[in-house]
Amino acid sequence: MSFLEVTAFLFDGFKISLLIFAVTLLCGAPLGLPIAFCSMSRFKPLKAISKVIVWIVRGIPLMLQIFIIYYVPGLLFDYQLFGQIDRYMYIEYGIMDMGRIVAVLIAFTINYACYFSEIYRGGIESISKGQYEAGYVLGLTKSQIFRKIILKQVVQRIVPPMSNEIITLIKDTALANCIMVCEIIKNAKELAATKAMIWPLFFTGVFYLIFVGLLTIILGRAEKKLSYFRS
Amino acid sequence: MSILEVKNIQKSFDKTEVLKDISFTLEKGEVLSIIGSSGSGKTTLLRCLNFLETTDLGKIIVDDNVLFDGNNKLSEDKIRENRLNFGLVFQNFNLFPQYTVLENLTLAPTLLKKGDSASIKNQALEIIKKVGLEDKVDFYPCQLSGGQQQRVAIARALMLSPKILCFDEPTSALDPELTGEVLRVIRELRDGNTTMIIVTHEMNFAKNVSDKVIFMADGIIEECGNPEEVFENPKSQRLKEFLSSSLKD
Ligand SMILES: Nc1ncnc2c1ncn2[C@@H]1O[C@H](COP(=O)(O)OP(=O)(O)OP(=O)(O)O)[C@@H](O)[C@H]1O
Ligand SMILES: [Mg+2]
Repeated sequence: MSFLEVTAFLFDGFKISLLIFAVTLLCGAPLGLPIAFCSMSRFKPLKAISKVIVWIVRGIPLMLQIFIIYYVPGLLFDYQLFGQIDRYMYIEYGIMDMGRIVAVLIAFTINYACYFSEIYRGGIESISKGQYEAGYVLGLTKSQIFRKIILKQVVQRIVPPMSNEIITLIKDTALANCIMVCEIIKNAKELAATKAMIWPLFFTGVFYLIFVGLLTIILGRAEKKLSYFRS
Repeated sequence: MSILEVKNIQKSFDKTEVLKDISFTLEKGEVLSIIGSSGSGKTTLLRCLNFLETTDLGKIIVDDNVLFDGNNKLSEDKIRENRLNFGLVFQNFNLFPQYTVLENLTLAPTLLKKGDSASIKNQALEIIKKVGLEDKVDFYPCQLSGGQQQRVAIARALMLSPKILCFDEPTSALDPELTGEVLRVIRELRDGNTTMIIVTHEMNFAKNVSDKVIFMADGIIEECGNPEEVFENPKSQRLKEFLSSSLKD
């Protein structure tokens, strides 16, 4: 196999890594918000439930969570949900691994939503009471205060920790190969097994590095753009 | 007819009584200074008037409108309506950091639909001029000195033309050389007949600017009168002690 062929094969896997990355970000980031609000709620049961969920999700390895999501339907209901999706999508559309990918996406989205929710909560709670009170004495409603005064300050504060999570996320996608999803490292391992080529495994690092480089530039710009004020 | 009547208001946090039966009146155009040692309840009183704290008992009447009478629980809308009778300038300014000076002033009137954007902007520019910051219109709060920030905060409160403007130690967070510019603005407001309540540790300023002075101690009004009475002829022992200790520093 030529260098170009290997690169193309690895890139096919990296597309799956990018898919997991994008879906997790697009679903997990919004889902984090309601979780954050629940964990700040004055309604005690709601607060307790969300705290427990966050504790569990952050407390056990993501790899284990992927196994749990993937195997639990079969163990509890004797129905191989994701296996069935795999088979159906392959037979009908020739798409490989779809069920497994869905399981990974669910696990990643829940996991990252919980991490994001803690970042949001920290950001919201770090805004001084005085900002709310300044809004109140000007006769504004709670929702006006949140949307027009608090939100942007929170966004400014959470960009650096969010950047860290986002960079961690692309590397975490490698965990998907624990249930044999064909992401980039799985593909590299396949080359090692079938073609006795070990260098592609190390070469995958270049893909991550390039993508993380891009992310760093984009996120750095966002951070800079928001640095025009100091709160 | 008084613009503000405060009758027997009380406020406790858990078990500690912070305000015990506070009553006073304020006439339109008058300036009331509130002095007193730390923890006497001055801030709490201002916060009750501005509905940042829920007063437990008593009455708050502005311009013959009973805003609060201790009985019925007020709806959120009613509280917001009540708040607009008062303005409050905080010790640490609390400007909105992501907005320019001009935007800090126009935000609330715009959201409250107090006019079209052009007229709100004109009003803001006029008020900014009044506090002497016309060259800082497009600056962000972090680019201003403390004294300038506090003048913006005063201007922001003036945008909604409150009937009574309250100040909670407006110069306490400032370097000594910056207090002058803020006190000058307050003095000008007094000359323009703005009704004001000022909690302050600046005894000379209180003496010069006020029509009335209240000395608070442990949640009660220990002594009350015009500045000459309070500062030159203090009657209670506590006020005498307070004045002599605050003259020292
Ligand atoms: N939210 C609160 N919860 C509990 N106690 C409070 C609260 N706010 C104020 N207090 C208490 O009420 C008392 C009066 O506080 P307040 O801030 O009104 O005093 P102050 O006269 O403004 O003092 P200072 O000159 O230090 O600003 C203090 O003993 C304070 O500990
Ligand atoms: Mg105080």
